[in-house]
Parts: sequence; C-alpha cells; structure tokens
Amino acid sequence: MASNSSGGSPDRQRIAQQRLRRIAGHLQRPVDGDSTIVAAECKAQGGKPDASSEGRTVPRRRQEIMKWNGWGYSDSRFLFNKKGQAEFTGKRYRLSGMIIPGLKDWMESTFGASLQHKIPATPILNSSAVQPPTLNDAFVDELKSTGIPFSHDAEDRVFRAHGHCLHEIFALREGKFGRVPDMVVWPSCHNDVVKIVELACKHNVCLIPYGGGTSVSSALECPPEETRSIVSLDTSQMNRILWIDEKNLTAHVEAGIVGQDLERLLNESGYCTGHEPDSMEFSSLGGWVATRASGMKKNIYGNIEDLVVHVKMVTPQGVIEKSCQCPRMSTGPDIHHFIMGSEGTLGVVTEVTVKIRPMPEYQKYGSVVFPNFEQGVACLREVAKQRCAPASIRLMDNEQFKFGHALKPQVSSIFTSFLDGLKKFYITKFKGFDPNRLCVATLLFEGDREKVLQHEKQVYNIAAKFGGLAAGEDNGQRGYMLTFVIAYLRDLGMDYYVIGESFETSVPWDRMFLEELGISLVKSHTAVTQTYDVGACVYFYFAFNYKGLSDPIHVYDEIVITSDGRKKEILANGGSLSHHHGVGKLRKKWMSQTVSNVGMGMLKSVKDYVDPNNIFGNRNLL
Amino acid sequence: MFNSNSSMPNTHFARFKTSKYAVKLDPMLKKRDDFEDMLEERRNSSDLRYALRCYTPVLYRGVTPCKSSVLKSMVLQSDHIHYVINQVSKETGRATDDVQEEASAILEEMAHRLQLSTVRFFAFTLSKIFKTLFRSICVNEEGIQRLQQAIQEHPVVLLPSHRSYMDFLLMSYLLYTYDLALPVIAAGMDFMGMKIVGEMLRMSGAFFIRRSFGGDKLYWAVFSEYVKTMLRNGFAPVEFFLEGTRSRTCKSLTPKLGLLNIVMDPFLKGEVFDISVVPVSISYERILEETLYARELLGVPKPKESTSALFKARKVLSEDYGSIHVYFGQPVSIRSMAEGRVNRCQFNLIPRHIPKRPDEDIHNFVNDSAYRLVRAQEENMVLKPWVLLASLLLQKHHQNQAPGQKRGIALEELTQQAVWLRDLSRQYGAFLHWPDHTSPSDVVYSSLSLHRGLVRISEGRLLNQAVIMLSCASYRNQALHVFIRPALLASAIHAASSNKKQEVFNSFSFLRNTFSNEFILCPGATVQDFEEACYLLVKTGVLQVNPQEVVVTERGHRTVAFLTALLEPFLQGYQVSQTNMTLLRYIEVLSSDLQKNTLAALLRLGAVRKINGYVAFNHPCVPVWFEWLEQQLNKTCKNKQAKVQHFSDSDISASMRKQLEFHTVMCIVRIFSLVAGISIRQIQSQTAYDFFHLFILPKIKLKRNEQDTRGEGTSP
Ligand SMILES: Cc1cc2nc3c(=O)[nH]c(=O)nc-3n(C[C@H](O)[C@H](O)[C@H](O)COP(=O)(O)OP(=O)(O)OC[C@H]3O[C@@H](n4cnc5c(N)ncnc54)[C@H](O)[C@@H]3O)c2cc1C
Repeated sequence: MASNSSGGSPDRQRIAQQRLRRIAGHLQRPVDGDSTIVAAECKAQGGKPDASSEGRTVPRRRQEIMKWNGWGYSDSRFLFNKKGQAEFTGKRYRLSGMIIPGLKDWMESTFGASLQHKIPATPILNSSAVQPPTLNDAFVDELKSTGIPFSHDAEDRVFRAHGHCLHEIFALREGKFGRVPDMVVWPSCHNDVVKIVELACKHNVCLIPYGGGTSVSSALECPPEETRSIVSLDTSQMNRILWIDEKNLTAHVEAGIVGQDLERLLNESGYCTGHEPDSMEFSSLGGWVATRASGMKKNIYGNIEDLVVHVKMVTPQGVIEKSCQCPRMSTGPDIHHFIMGSEGTLGVVTEVTVKIRPMPEYQKYGSVVFPNFEQGVACLREVAKQRCAPASIRLMDNEQFKFGHALKPQVSSIFTSFLDGLKKFYITKFKGFDPNRLCVATLLFEGDREKVLQHEKQVYNIAAKFGGLAAGEDNGQRGYMLTFVIAYLRDLGMDYYVIGESFETSVPWDRMFLEELGISLVKSHTAVTQTYDVGACVYFYFAFNYKGLSDPIHVYDEIVITSDGRKKEILANGGSLSHHHGVGKLRKKWMSQTVSNVGMGMLKSVKDYVDPNNIFGNRNLL
Repeated sequence: MFNSNSSMPNTHFARFKTSKYAVKLDPMLKKRDDFEDMLEERRNSSDLRYALRCYTPVLYRGVTPCKSSVLKSMVLQSDHIHYVINQVSKETGRATDDVQEEASAILEEMAHRLQLSTVRFFAFTLSKIFKTLFRSICVNEEGIQRLQQAIQEHPVVLLPSHRSYMDFLLMSYLLYTYDLALPVIAAGMDFMGMKIVGEMLRMSGAFFIRRSFGGDKLYWAVFSEYVKTMLRNGFAPVEFFLEGTRSRTCKSLTPKLGLLNIVMDPFLKGEVFDISVVPVSISYERILEETLYARELLGVPKPKESTSALFKARKVLSEDYGSIHVYFGQPVSIRSMAEGRVNRCQFNLIPRHIPKRPDEDIHNFVNDSAYRLVRAQEENMVLKPWVLLASLLLQKHHQNQAPGQKRGIALEELTQQAVWLRDLSRQYGAFLHWPDHTSPSDVVYSSLSLHRGLVRISEGRLLNQAVIMLSCASYRNQALHVFIRPALLASAIHAASSNKKQEVFNSFSFLRNTFSNEFILCPGATVQDFEEACYLLVKTGVLQVNPQEVVVTERGHRTVAFLTALLEPFLQGYQVSQTNMTLLRYIEVLSSDLQKNTLAALLRLGAVRKINGYVAFNHPCVPVWFEWLEQQLNKTCKNKQAKVQHFSDSDISASMRKQLEFHTVMCIVRIFSLVAGISIRQIQSQTAYDFFHLFILPKIKLKRNEQDTRGEGTSP
C-alpha cells in the first residue's frame, strides 16, 4: 500500500524491501519462530496461544450468567407457574422447560409447605448495603502497573464472599452482607499469580483464592476479624489446557478451569479425566485440589488425589512443585499432600498435571431396587468386597427414592408412563416390596461394550443375592441426570419457607448406621454415594419448614449441622469429619479431635513456615 | 602447564569457565596446533583417483547412514510434528491432512539429498579450482583427529566462521578428504535461486531454510525436528553458521541463537547424553567476495545469487587469493558447558515433543554459550601480515587527511611499524602467521603485492577510494578481536575525565555496552573484560594500575594511540555529527553494517524505541529534530500534518542520559539526515533510504489517517 508512493522502480523497491526485512530481522535478534509468542507472553507460556477464553463458561463478571443469591445460571430455576405447576426454566438442562407435576404434592406433603406462603428473596443486589472497600493503596498502585485486571465493584466483591452453605445463601436472600473482599483480581496465568502474591506479601494484604465458589464449608467467607485489605484472587480466567501428553496420558491444565470446560475440551481430543463431582459445572480444578474433592466416577478414575500427577502452587515462600512427573516416588511424605486439602491457606494452585483416559467407548446406566436400605447397603458392601464396583454406584434410601419420583417430568408418551406403571405394580405387588421401605441403587458402567455387559451381569447377580431387582436403565439414567438440577431445588424451597442442607461423612462398613437423632422438625434422607474397600461415603439431606420460627438459620445450625451433639455422634461412631467437602471454617473446631493435637501441630508448623504472615488469611482448617 | 592436546575434550572450555572468576590465563601461552597444507597432496596426485577413492568414514556409535527419504518420514511421523499439525489445524480450522501436506512440502523444500556421487564431483572440481585460486589450504590435522574421535562418541555440531560462500563447500571438501562423516549444512534459501547449483548443493548435504519465517509454527516445527532427528540419531554432523550470515566486514557477527537453541535441545531434554560442538575458524588471506562486500556495505544492492552470475565471476579464477587456514577447534561438550548453569529438571515438566519457549535461564545460557563459541572461533583465526598492514595504513590515511598533507606512507616506515605491531599483537595472543624466516620488508612487500588491487605503490605512496577503504577495513577487522578489550580500555582512558579507576571503568563499561552489537563481547562479562584488558596492558608495560588509578606509562603512549585509533572509526560512526556528509572522515560511517549496529545499539540503550515495527525516539532534543524532520517530510510526502509519535525521556536514568546526550543526538541527526534523503543523492545509501520509505513513511501515513478519522472537523 503506502510503499507505492515512495517512488522508484518496482524492482528497486523489491530489493529495498528485501533488504529492509533483513535489517528488521537483525534488529530483532534471534531468528527463531517465537516472535508472536513473545508478544503475548502470559497467554502463550505453554505454546498454546490458541487458548482464547472464548468457549469458556465463566466470565470475569460472574453476574452476567449466574445468580447472586442462589445456585447456578440466572436463566435456570424452579418455579411454580400460573397454573400452580412446578416448572424448570431455561434451556440448558434436559429438564429445562419441563413441567414437574409431582413436585408440588411432594413439597406439601413432606414439609407442609404451601404455595400461598411465599417468602421471595431480595430481588436485586443493593450495592449500598455493601461495606465500602478497605483498599491498600500501595498495593493497588503496584498492581495497576502489572496490568492484571482487578475490581472493587460491590457486585464483584459480593460474588466472591460466599460459597453455597445454606446460611450463606440465606443471608444473601435477605440482602445481608457481612465482611466481603475489598477487591477482586483476575490473574490470567501462573506468572500473574506470582506477581500478585509478591505484592500481597510486600504490602501485607490478605489473599483468598477463589475457584468456582461452590464451597460448602464456609471456606470462602471472609474472617470478620480481618483488618487488612482482603483481596479475592479469582482463578477463573486461568482456564487453558496447556498441553495434552498422549504418551503418558496426562494433561497440564491451568487451575482455574471449571469441570465442565475441562471435560469438554479434553473430549474434543478424545480424552477425559473422569473426575465428576456433582458441582463440576462450576467448581474448578484448583478448588478440587484445595479441598480434596471426590468425583462420582472415582471407582474407575480415582479421587482428585489419585488423579493429580503434578501441582504447581505459589506460596509466600515461593513456588512449590516437584521436579518430575513420575508415577510414584519414595521421597518422604508426599508434598502434594500438603497442597491437597490446604483450602487456600498456603498458596494458590496455579497449574496441575492430571491423568487423562481415552473417552469410554460405551456407557450404560442401570438401577436396582432393594426391599430396604439395609439390604441395599449389604449389597454395596459385597460389590466393594468383590472389587467390582461400576464407575458409579449410589444407594438412595426410601425418602430419596420418593423424592426422585417427585421430580419425574411430565412425559408426553402414554406408553412410557404405562410401562412405568407396570414396573411399579410389579415391584410393589409381586415381589412384596413395601413402597415405604424399598430403596434403589443407581449404577453407571463404563468401558468397552463387551466388558460393560459382562460387568453389568456380575453386579446384577450380586444384587439378586440381596433381594435386589433390576429396575431398568431409565431409572438409573434419570438419577444421574437429576444430579445437576437438584442443587437448584433448594432455592425453590427457600421461596416457600423450606430450608435444606446436605452433609456427608465417610464411615467404615461396620458403622454404616448412625443412630437417628430423632429431631421431629427434621426430615432426613440418606444416600450412600461412594464405596471403598473399607467403608463408604454417606450423604444426609435435611430440610424443614421454618415458617413461624424466629431465627431459623440459628435453629438449624444448632440443631442439625454444627451442633456438637451431631458431629460428636458421627465422630464417636467412627465417621469422618468430611469425606470430600472439606473443613473450611464450618468444621474446624473438630479438626484437632479428628487429626490429633500432634497432627494439628504438624499442620500449623507447615502453615507457619510457608505463610508466616498469614497472607493467605482465610483461616480455614486450623 | 596448560595443554591443549589433552585427550579431555573439555579442556578448552574448562579454561573459559575458570577464566570467568580466576585471573585470565596469559594468552601468549596459548598453544595451537600446527598446520599441514592439504593442497600439496592434490598437486602431486591424481584428482580423479582422489575423487573416486574409497570413502569409509567412521560414524557415531556405528550407526548406519540413513537415507534421506527415511529421515524425512521419521520427521513427519514424530510426535512433535503431529502435535504441531493438530495445533495448527485447531487454530486455523484447516483439515489436518491439509496441514500435514504443507508440512511435508516444507520438508521437501528443506531437506538435503546427500549423494556420494555429487560429493565426488565436487571433490574433483573443487580440487581443480582450489589449486588455481589458492596457494595452500592449511589444516590443523590434530584438530581433524579430535573431530574424528568426537564423531564416534557423541553427536557433533560443526560451527565454522562465515566469511565467504566458499565456507561450506570447503568444509565438506575437507571432511571428505580426511575421510570424516560428511555434514549436513543449514544454508540460506538464497542459494535456491541458483537452480542447478542449489540442487547440487542439496546433493552435497545442504538443507535450506527460509531467512525469515516469523511466527510460522509449522515451519519452525518441521525445521527444528529435522535438525534434531539428525542430531539425536547421530546420522551426520550438523553444520551451521552461528553468525547467521556471511560477515561482510570480516568482523564476527553477534551470534544468532535459533539453531543453537535447536541443537542444544536434545541434550537439555535428556535425549542424548552429550553433544560436541566444534568451532572451526576459517581464515582467508584474500576473500573472494572482497569488493563485492564493500559495495554492498555502501548500499549498492547485492546481486541476486544466480548461476549465471557465478559464471560471470569466473574472472575471479585468474587471480591469486593466497592461502586459507582452517583450524578445527577443541570440541566443546554441551554437557560440561551446562554443568552448574542450567537445571535440566525443568524439562521434565513438559512432554519433550511439545514446543516451549525457552525460559530465561536457558535463553541466557544459550546466549552466553553462543558468544563463547564465537570467541573460540575468533581466537583461532589466523592473521596474515596484511591484516596488520591494513590497520596501519588506514590509521595513517586518516592522520594524513588534513588538507595539504601528502597521502600515503613510506614503505620503510610501514615496515618498521608493522614489526612493532607484529610484536604487540603476539603479546596480545594473536594467532599471527608471520613468516619469521623472511625479512620484514619482504613480508610487507609480498603482502602488498597480493593485495595490489587495494593499495598501490606509487612513488612509494598509496591511493584511496571508498570501496578500497572498506575492503581494507575488513582486513583490519580481522585483527579486532585481538585488540578489542585493550582498545576499549585505551579509549575509555582517553574519554574518562580523570585517571580514577572507577571512572575509567565506568567509561569502559559505557563503551563496551554501546559496542556490544558491534563486537563479540560476552554478555555480562564487563568486569572480566576490564580485568583482562588491564592485565594485557600492564603486562606490556602500557599501563600502571593500582587500586585507585590507571596511568598510561611513558612508553605506553604509542600503543594507546594505536588502540584508540583502532576504535576511532566506530566511535565516529556512532556519534557522527554532520548533517552534511561531506565532512565525513571515516568511510566506515557509510557502511550499512555500522548503521545497522548503531540503530540496534540505540534501540537496546533505549535511546530510540520500536513501536509496532517503527522507530520512535526518546530524547529531550528530539522535538527539535522532529521539526526539522517534518520539514523534510513535507517536501517528500506533501502532507502538512505528518507527525511521528515521540516519547518523553522520563525512563532514561539521569546518568545514562548524560552519556547518551552527545552520542544519541548525533546519531539521531545522522540517521535523520540519511532518512530525510539529503545524503541519499550524495552517497546512495540505500539502507537509510529504504529504512525511511518502508519503516517510517507508511507509519506516518497510518498515523495521519487515524488523526483524520478522529478529528475530522479540524482537518482542512
Ligand atoms: C451442589 C454442590 C455439589 C457438590 N458436589 C461435590 C462433589 O460431588 N464432590 C466434591 O468433592 N465436592 C462437591 N461439592 C463441594 C465443592 O464443589 C468442592 O469443594 C469443590 O472442590 C470446590 O471447588 P471450587 O472451585 O468451587 O472452590 P471454591 O469454592 O472457590 O473454594 C474452595 C476452597 O478452595 C480454595 N481454593 C480454590 N481454588 C484454589 C486454588 N486454585 N488454589 C488454592 N486454593 C484454592 C478456596 O480458597 C476455598 O478455601 C459440591 C458443592 C455443591 C454446592
């Protein structure tokens, strides 16, 4: 273009251009091909500059797609429509746009809730109710010069001030905000995090890593006594897969990637991690590592500690990582175990190498109905004993089973419901199952087709020995399909004075049946969600109608979740403080009881060494 | 005592390492191998039989040589290429097959097709040609033996210096002669222009790389994998030129790191135990391209390589080009170079086949190694008496430039000075080939007669011309590496405001920094260089150094004067102040090489800054020059609103600014004067002209367009 105007014959021009290119080349020094990479250093560290954040789920401003005072996407929720029927809105899920006829009845009969008694949430986030930020000016100034984006907008801060414990959401619905972070930063790569941590140490600023915000242990709550400026370090923009190594079957991934993106992107290359916690839509790889998460299909793929090959974490003392990516090593205590479960108290996990597997060739769902919960547990025990657990095996008690039924969407095909009816008839009448006692196990098999079929047969044979009756693929599939929408249900309940919470523990096989506490207010469901050689993970769901109670959360906390009695009971019965949700601040008073005083001392000394000034001051665990 | 013949291949390098901290070993103690003239045998026996003789080189660990087609498929099937193909296909949305095809086309364009028959053809013809052109081709045969040993033990990389097109033919010719494995050679694509010759070169082991391929990932991948496959498997020694291109000035060019990065990779990633790098110094008594280079430096475009041009160059054949010295240096073990410098663990954390930008410590390591290797080349460059004569003649010439002075120098005076300089350079460790058995005046006379194209003995006096001056300068440049550190010190003493050691050091360090694009000065070695320079000058009685002061001795003045004069042309080039080129004293200032280096130095020192590929200036005086430039621009592009973006100097530190003040302003003026086209007519410096039209002008127009669209209301 412009060069034409410089005059001279075209030939001369060409020569001139050639020469100029050469000069330019010299001026730029090395002739290597990385000139483009140099320009965008941060985004190209791993040689994968394509990894634009397009196609990623989580934007910097979460409020663009997510609720500020409830679970999940803004466009997806349960509600009762004008006809009084329950409906699930949006387009994202299989259940989206469907009517759920049984839900109203179930809520009314189980909790005595009524559509007439509605208690809607505060509709919009009132920024003026949020404490103004306490900023550390020197920190902010230096941060500015790094070019790393940050914000002290009230909405941004409120979004990072909580996880999804009942009390946290309840407060938000009432428009109450406690101590919230003073600032949010969005690093986009490891080096950004290094810079932020350095600055935080220099200016004595409190950092709280934030992954997907799905914590259910008050881990993200800001300690109210914290006087320093609190900066929430949101990892969500560190979301690239840096490389996939097909030889060693590993992938090196930035820690902020959320589960659904990780799986989808790996699937594009024909792989998966198989790590599927129920929160995988929103929870992040770094969050999993930081909380020792567990996925539904751990029987095949393992829990996070089995999946992690290598971790890089930025701490106030510097970066910690192993020098190799070996399958196992005998080099003293595994330093990964200081990192896994550290719950953001030691540093920020920035990059993780995880195991990957080729995507399964074949998947098959299944379900088995047992006459009662005890039989079901015995069956699961046997399956574990024979080490033939499918990818996932979950046992729901009778209440859960009924709840599952209440969530059945309206089906257009009469034929399907007819078949359903037939099955119900068959199960309850001919086999003599008591509809108020029977329970169901859902199964998921994965692998190559032949092996799956063989495996399925083996499991059904075991089930039969415990009175279990195969109840079809559909029941199984529906169970897993509902996994993601169930979390939305709590918000509906809260609209009608019903509050609920779940918690989990792990217990040895011989201690499976905890004594009922017999608190009349409380409806409790139980489910066994994971099995191991030596025990299982047990889930409890509690919910109740609080209409007429003055301070329901307090009552709820006292009575159910954190009451000394309840926890003591579990711990006394040989259960654990947590199988996978972690300790956070919610359960930390039982830590020393769980890991012994010496154990606490060990953890404390690690904290004191790594972070003497408590920069990572979320005060979880210890 | 230090023994360069030790069987340990690393001794040579070990010396480097210790020298970094300990006192420099006395360069006069450098022991070098003796030379044999390999042409002698060619003159006494049949070339045909030589070309057809049985050729059975020893190979690395007895590998069987690999057919070039097999090599190609190894490359294309490598994990690395697969990975990059997938990546490119993902990024561009092209089908993988499509990308795969492109990869194989790239490889096809690049790959060598080494054939013994072609090599034999070259062996025959080159024998004939060499015998007519050169008096002798001298090789250190001990170096050949070391190389042979090295080839058997580890993959080998050959790093010859690059002064002539001849270099790589000569290398292959020698290796064939000594029955060593033939190398594959990285050659610039320009050769491909010569159809037949290009293919012939390909069949004698050359592979061709494009000069620039910017961010072309696929090209880089194919290229690097190709080189690494050859190296990993030890199929053949890999040969390339660290300097990237032929040095037109006979001064070593600052090393280019691309290929060195690639060849170090297999070691760093633990794919081979070690790699031996062999610096080879090729010194020509007269360079074939002598005047061609000088013209090129003056901006007369380089003729495109073409076969017909080659034949036109046939008249070259009738001339006497003296002798060539080829010195195969000590093989350097990459392993020992890396020892204690790089932590190879970092490579465990990413799969080997996935390309990764080298981390800073690796980059620094490769960069340092490159400098050391170029210095190793320099050290073993053989200097002919003519090199010393050229230095003296040039200095004399400049001293005589004052009007009314007679030009030239008396022959006796020249001889007397040459003997002085001979002794001085020997003391500084030069690898000087001065025939001690002949009388100095004969030596001088025969040197002058070999270079009669450049100097003429007319009534005992000499003449000049720009081309000739630059050619002479090239010869002088060959000796620069011997004197550079002492010369920097001498100039620093000259420039410093007092004798205080600290001041002299500061001045030294500034000069060294300024010239680090011009000469081979190892990055970060300022203190060592300073110490080395002091050591040499003290040793030769030029200086007295105590902890506070640096003083020139009475008898040292002559040396200091010589050394200062040696750097003078470069200093002028970097600070020349004339907007009017007629006042110019040193022809070197017109050399595009010098201009290029100056600009690079300015960029590096932050005096000018490149923004989106064009240059902006960081200096308080700049606005003045901009006004002036704008006037010039207005003439050229008729646009009254042309503006070049410029920047405040706030980020230049105060002390830096002081030093830069003078140099920078002068440089800017000079560049501007070139840029604005005043001097173009006078000196035809195309470089500057091109620079202006291609770099600056389009940007100015772009800027203008932006402004137009922004402030539409105000523009007339
Ligand atoms: C509906 C629902 C279902 C769930 N299902 C499961 C399940 O099946 N299995 C399971 O294991 N858990 C489950 N959880 C709990 C939760 O999803 C996990 O604890 C998860 O690992 C948290 O990840 P996150 O990215 O959301 O972390 P966050 O909630 O953002 O943070 C959790 C803690 O980890 C720290 N942290 C986060 N990222 C980093 C990082 N990069 N470096 C250092 N520290 C960090 C935070 O500071 C905080 O202390 C569920 C939660 C909900 C609400």
